[in-house]
Amino acid sequence: MAVTQNRITNTTATDPLAERSVEPAKRRRGGATGTRFTFVLGAATIASMALLVLFGLFLSPADITQGESVRILYIHVGTVWVAYVAFGVTAIASALFLWKRTTSLTWDRIAGASAEVGVLFMALTLFAGSIWGRLSWGQFWVWDARVTTTAFLFITYVGYLAVRGLGGSHQQRGRRSAVVALLAVLEIPLVHFSVKLWRGLHQEASVAGTTKVQLENLMLFSLFLALIAFTLLYVWLVMHRQRVLAMQDALDDKGLDYALAARRAESSTAATTSATTTAATGGTV
Amino acid sequence: METVVLLSKAVAVLGQFPVLAGADLTVQRGEIVLLQGPNGAGKTSLLRLCAGLLPLSRGEAVVLGCDLATDRDSVRKRVGMLGHANGLYTDLTVTENVRFWGATVGAKRGEVDAAMARMGVGDRLADVPVARLSAGQKRRTALACLVARRAELWLLDEPHSGLDAAGRDELDSTLREATRAGATIMVASHELERAGALATRLVEVIGGRIREQPIATPPSTETAGR
Amino acid sequence: MFRVARYIAAKDLRIELRSRVVVNQVLPFAAIVMVMFAFALNTDAIVSRVAPGLIWLATMFSLLILVQRSFAIESADGATDALKAAGVDPAGIFLGKAFALAVQLLVLEILLLMPAIVLYRARVQWDSVVLLVTTFLAATCGLALVGTLYGGLAAGVRGRETLLPLLLLPVVAPVLIGATRATEAAFHTGGAVVADGWSWLGLLAVFAALFGVGGTLAFGPLIED
Repeated sequence: MAVTQNRITNTTATDPLAERSVEPAKRRRGGATGTRFTFVLGAATIASMALLVLFGLFLSPADITQGESVRILYIHVGTVWVAYVAFGVTAIASALFLWKRTTSLTWDRIAGASAEVGVLFMALTLFAGSIWGRLSWGQFWVWDARVTTTAFLFITYVGYLAVRGLGGSHQQRGRRSAVVALLAVLEIPLVHFSVKLWRGLHQEASVAGTTKVQLENLMLFSLFLALIAFTLLYVWLVMHRQRVLAMQDALDDKGLDYALAARRAESSTAATTSATTTAATGGTV
Repeated sequence: METVVLLSKAVAVLGQFPVLAGADLTVQRGEIVLLQGPNGAGKTSLLRLCAGLLPLSRGEAVVLGCDLATDRDSVRKRVGMLGHANGLYTDLTVTENVRFWGATVGAKRGEVDAAMARMGVGDRLADVPVARLSAGQKRRTALACLVARRAELWLLDEPHSGLDAAGRDELDSTLREATRAGATIMVASHELERAGALATRLVEVIGGRIREQPIATPPSTETAGR
Repeated sequence: MFRVARYIAAKDLRIELRSRVVVNQVLPFAAIVMVMFAFALNTDAIVSRVAPGLIWLATMFSLLILVQRSFAIESADGATDALKAAGVDPAGIFLGKAFALAVQLLVLEILLLMPAIVLYRARVQWDSVVLLVTTFLAATCGLALVGTLYGGLAAGVRGRETLLPLLLLPVVAPVLIGATRATEAAFHTGGAVVADGWSWLGLLAVFAALFGVGGTLAFGPLIED
């Protein structure tokens, strides 16, 4: 029994069921989630964002009809692009987690990290879009298919994050949230299609219709710059967040090790006490 | 002798708490194993683990040939568990409940009726809604449901609670009969005096781990032996 | 799987027959909700115009309660655990409970339709009866399937009462849109014609089919410990 005490921390060698703990070797400092790759990535993100500010706010021209307010486009398109990519990644990661051959909690954590970032950017999208709507055609909100679907996606993934926070073992969490994510993939096209069909019957859809923005060269370039900058930001955020989640899970496992040791210690003392009592009373149970 | 249950350093977790902290146990077919131990020791968790309800976190657990680390589904049909709760539908009558649980294994009408008669809930109580039964009668109904399922491994958590003396004797004889028919039984119970009468083996669960205990032999047998 | 579904559905319906919760509690709730809608909306003309929407809104809220009830009967005396321990096919449990829920929901809707027509002065023409019946059937199937699926998830966890609405209501939005539009077509409110309604029916049917298949696959992993 004493031997097992020492082997608690050395789980990977003896226990196929135990999770592999996060190796600190690749980290720059003990406990931090930065590595050389994320450092370079972060620098690239800052650089591209700076370029975006330059082009978006100053170098690219104002729109003929909308004036300066068209510049929100760069942020809005950037965030909506990231939001949809994030949810795509969540869905794919969830599927990979559930598929027997590639099952690993890393996919679950990527799905979770991506969903968190996605919800954030979705909120930003709705916010920026709302401001832009107010500036260009006087409405904060409009009931067209894309906007409504975006709002529904937002709520659905808030629900997904709620399911992730339900507790239980890591495997349980992974399985439950993966299924919920895949059901969301099923549900969102249905919502989109039904709203589209719904608004299609209404003539007032033209007010909410595609914004007529003339995309000439410099504006197009700024737009692509926005997509690149925001994608880099997304990847950087998800990588860090995923690592934090991995550390949290490793912490939970360590907590389990301590709890196990404590419980075994409790049972050893209890065993010795009952053994002495048994001896004292002459061996009868 | 076939090994029905094999646990090796089994660890099971409930939330963040390790209810089983490295349990080792081997049970052969036909044994009646009595689990004893203080509250919170892990008796219920041990039974739930063997029933395939509690996931295995670390270690090894093989029940009826099924590895619980990878596959908990196939073991469930062959195991019958009676927990603290009765698992009954309170709006339905006794007959409807036992028939329902019999239907989960495809038991025929005759088997269901026999199970009810065996546990003394046929005749008068047959058409009474479970909500109107006493605690002991509910327990016997739950046992009838278990009997109707013809399990290979029976896992009972405090089955004697709520039963009067006659009910307990009836339960014990039913269990012995089941083992004669090839079943294996694990019972968690605080009933110390039943140890010698019913169980073939005594095991103590303490702090999430297991220790074998000798069953006290009654003094008369010892003197007869000399 | 279907054998399991059959005895699970029979069990659920038998319990409902005994306890009569739908008729005694949920129906009055739905009726009160509809009356409150009338209070809130004030004008007769407006209420008549939105009557189909109100019927389906009341149904959605009642769905939440019915789903909670469907899983409450299991946890009352530990039957959820017993079902899992018995190794009963989860897909069968899903279909059985969904079927029982659909029947209860349908009864509720029919009983709601009568006061709705009276309170909201909706007009039902004979040619739209077919559309109305199929709409109600398709929508109810879809609702019952999603309800059972997410209800199973929410049943076993903490915060279940608040989790269920959060998860379920966004998902049933397509049914709300589709069923309301189809019912409007059947009632001829706001100039809608019966022909419009059939395209919405297609949406409802697709919804029910997708979640029928998806739910059967997803229910097992979702309720697993």
